Amino acid sequence: MTGILSLITYAPLAGVLAILALRATASAGGPKSAETAKWIAFVTTLATFALSLVMLAQFDRTTADFQFVEDFAWFGGLHYRMGVDGISVLFVVLTAFLMPLCIAASWRSIETRIEEYLIAFLVLETLVIGVFCALDLILFYVFFEFGLVPMFLIIGIWGGKNRVYAAFKFFLYTLLGSVLMLAAVLAMIGITGTSSIPELMTYEFGQGVQIWLWLAFFASFAVKMPMWPVHTWLPDAHVEAPTAGSVILAGILLKMGGYGFMRFSLPMFPDASAYFTPLVFAMSVIAIVYTSLVAFRQTDIKKLIAYSSVAHMGFVTLGIFSGNAQGEQGAIFQMVSHGVISGALFLCVGVVYDRMHTREIAFYGGLVNRMPWYAAVFLLFTMGNVGLPGTSGFVGEILTMTGAYEASTWAAIVAATGVILSAVYALSLYRRVVFGEITNPALAQITDLDWREVAIFAPLILGTLYLGVYPAAVFDFTQASVDNLVAVYRAAIGG
Amino acid sequence: MNFSADLSLALPEVILAGGALLLLVWGAFQSRANAVFTLAAVAVLAAAAVAAVVGPVGRGFAGGLVADAASSFAKVAIYAASAIAIPLGQPWFRRRGINNFEFPVLIVLAALGMGMMASAGDLISLYVGVELHSLALYVMAAMHRDDAKASEAGLKYFVLGALSSGLLLYGASLIYGFAGSTRFDVIAQTVSDGAGVGILFGLVFLICGLAFKVSAAPFHMWTPDVYEGAPTPVVAFFGAAPKMAAMVLFARVLADGFGGAAEQWRQILVIVALLSVAVGAFAGLAQSNLKRLWAYSSIANIGYAVLGLAAGDAAGVQAMLVFMVLYMVDVTGFFACLAALSREGRPMETISDMAGLVKERPGIALAMTAFSLSALGLPPFSGFWAKFYVFKAAIGAGLGVAAVIALVGSVVAAFYYLRLIKVMWFDAAAGAVDKPAPEARIIAVALALFTFPVVLVALAFIDPLAAAAAAAFGLA
Repeated sequence: MTGILSLITYAPLAGVLAILALRATASAGGPKSAETAKWIAFVTTLATFALSLVMLAQFDRTTADFQFVEDFAWFGGLHYRMGVDGISVLFVVLTAFLMPLCIAASWRSIETRIEEYLIAFLVLETLVIGVFCALDLILFYVFFEFGLVPMFLIIGIWGGKNRVYAAFKFFLYTLLGSVLMLAAVLAMIGITGTSSIPELMTYEFGQGVQIWLWLAFFASFAVKMPMWPVHTWLPDAHVEAPTAGSVILAGILLKMGGYGFMRFSLPMFPDASAYFTPLVFAMSVIAIVYTSLVAFRQTDIKKLIAYSSVAHMGFVTLGIFSGNAQGEQGAIFQMVSHGVISGALFLCVGVVYDRMHTREIAFYGGLVNRMPWYAAVFLLFTMGNVGLPGTSGFVGEILTMTGAYEASTWAAIVAATGVILSAVYALSLYRRVVFGEITNPALAQITDLDWREVAIFAPLILGTLYLGVYPAAVFDFTQASVDNLVAVYRAAIGG
Repeated sequence: MNFSADLSLALPEVILAGGALLLLVWGAFQSRANAVFTLAAVAVLAAAAVAAVVGPVGRGFAGGLVADAASSFAKVAIYAASAIAIPLGQPWFRRRGINNFEFPVLIVLAALGMGMMASAGDLISLYVGVELHSLALYVMAAMHRDDAKASEAGLKYFVLGALSSGLLLYGASLIYGFAGSTRFDVIAQTVSDGAGVGILFGLVFLICGLAFKVSAAPFHMWTPDVYEGAPTPVVAFFGAAPKMAAMVLFARVLADGFGGAAEQWRQILVIVALLSVAVGAFAGLAQSNLKRLWAYSSIANIGYAVLGLAAGDAAGVQAMLVFMVLYMVDVTGFFACLAALSREGRPMETISDMAGLVKERPGIALAMTAFSLSALGLPPFSGFWAKFYVFKAAIGAGLGVAAVIALVGSVVAAFYYLRLIKVMWFDAAAGAVDKPAPEARIIAVALALFTFPVVLVALAFIDPLAAAAAAAFGLA
């Protein structure tokens, strides 16, 4: 099956070419060609998802090695190297899973420059999948960094009122983190003479060097995650981005940070990771408690969910740096589950936003009277966000906290209050938007979910419940790699 | 070595000089440049490039001229950039009622001077090369005679260029005085025996003069005014090839002549590099005219090239060479875009002129986006790979802190590139754009395709060639 990773990665570009060809032949911008372009993009992303499932079926769960490896010499000692292991494989599938939903969710809500919009999403899919598959530092950096451009355009062109500010903030914040990572990448190549990620994972850097390299990578991933206090770009970006942009941002792009920690920070710089663990724990619990409180005070639905994302990512960093199997498994699970749930929540916001063109919480109220199906769907994902047992949100939170408890009791105890706080803000949001009587006359004619929206939500609902009752579906894939990661990390720090 | 062997080493120069003179005579009879004439000038440059590749290697003219892997690498790049400038500039001038045959001839003469700079083996040929190409550039900057701004630019360029030539000459005479020879190899001997204050004093002047030519801070102040005033295709030319030639000359002097004083000049270069990056990044933020903006961008980018040189080893020189080749593509391409665009006959030169360009002229807007992202240093565009080489060399040579500062500078500069992209992509169209000039459009799109994806293949060839060229310099 060698080559399937490149196939999955570049499959979306086939859709880009098809749309460009369509544009060149049909009279550009016409309603007819726009409709066709949507179908092309949808089918392409669906095919990519199918390919990723084929890859998942062939994936050997018993080994921690990289699989489906491709390796070609490039120039200047660089290699084009792709491969997945238990840590990355699910993110590839998650990306491919969310993309068709994003395209479907944009079917009506995007009215201008539709072809460009679809192209931006398809290119973004290629880049994100590339990030998770790249096994060469420079190749990773290329995918990681260029992902900024389509997202910049998505926020900047199809975003809300304050979109230019948000797009710039997003781009520059992330770029600043990334260039520090680039410096570290180049230093690592200089020291070891290789840019191969598998080789670097076994290389033992000196302790002094590790500290600097770790900090440089941390600068990049902490911004991407985002961790408190460098999270402020996220609420702005979320609020201004179109619905599908928010779904991708929360569902996938944030996961690059957590993935980076697990792929680079822990295995390559174990001493520095251990050294900085208290710092990361402190930042994580502050993120969990502080951003939960901030979320409670928001008046904009999207901003509230954005802050809740920061809080949930706090659990991920907590789990990753606890350095034990529960923590790592929990972190991966939490990321996958958050990808589904937060994506779904942003889609829920999108549903009412498409109808009313506002996200003010105060505008809504009593939606259950007119939109019972919507209320049910929104409730499920709100509960998932809170971490109700039976939904996937519960598994991730409980595991990361178990892992963290072993590493630092205090951190786990403080983080546990975050679970309560998440219930406070999430349930109060739900109450204010859905329950009560309709007092705003503008809502009198609001309609319930249509079949397209139901079709979008159905896979997300299934995913949340399935992972909630059968979390082994994730752990089967991650087990071998996580055990290996933890063993290597423990051995390196002498624990 | 006998004279004919010397001449065979200088074959590219002979072709260019002879070709320029023949073109001059032809032009004098014809008085107007037509397509055949333009083509002939390009053919002369192509022949010189071939001669530079296949010609013999060695030192000739009593050490005054060096032909090696480095000179042929640089010459091919320089001649290619010059050759592109001719079809880009000639029709542009013709449309403005200036149909002088001098433009192609001046380009060929400038290429001759730049080739000599790349091959300089002593201080005399260094100076002759610098002056020859500078004089051609002064004239080209002012060629749009009826335009007050162009005349101002030409004059400014001339006065400040003459000043820098003076510095260069003063430094050269000091070095000659202390070393007793103008030849780089003899100077290198003197320096390795122990570099005295006097000869280093001369080196500092020489570096100042060359920093003027490459427009590195703190000798950059002429750049924005000249870029703004000079005709756009001329800027496309002198933003690229002369910078390459001057950087190669920089490497020649420092590596071949002052290799023994590397510790001293590396300090100077690091400061020059960081100042350039800072000036280019921060001063660029305040610009609204795109030509001025790209002048500051070029200052910042030269800073990166100088940083590569500051590494002071073969990897650093290789990085500088790769950087300059890739940067030449960016700058030529961007100004080709500007040369292609006009609105109701007026050139579009401010950022706000570009509003909504994606809807009006998607091809050129995409090309400009590619050049901007490339100059920003975003992967996978060519500018990223250029920076990749430079920073790898700098960090490898222990300049980690300087590299991080320069990288942070690139984030500051990212703001103005993004602003241009924002205006082109996000804003509403500012009105109809004239049909773009075909030749400029073709050049712009071709070069944009080079920045991505062609560069990914091209680097597989550029990388070993630049490594061989760097090995020709006397640095470890």
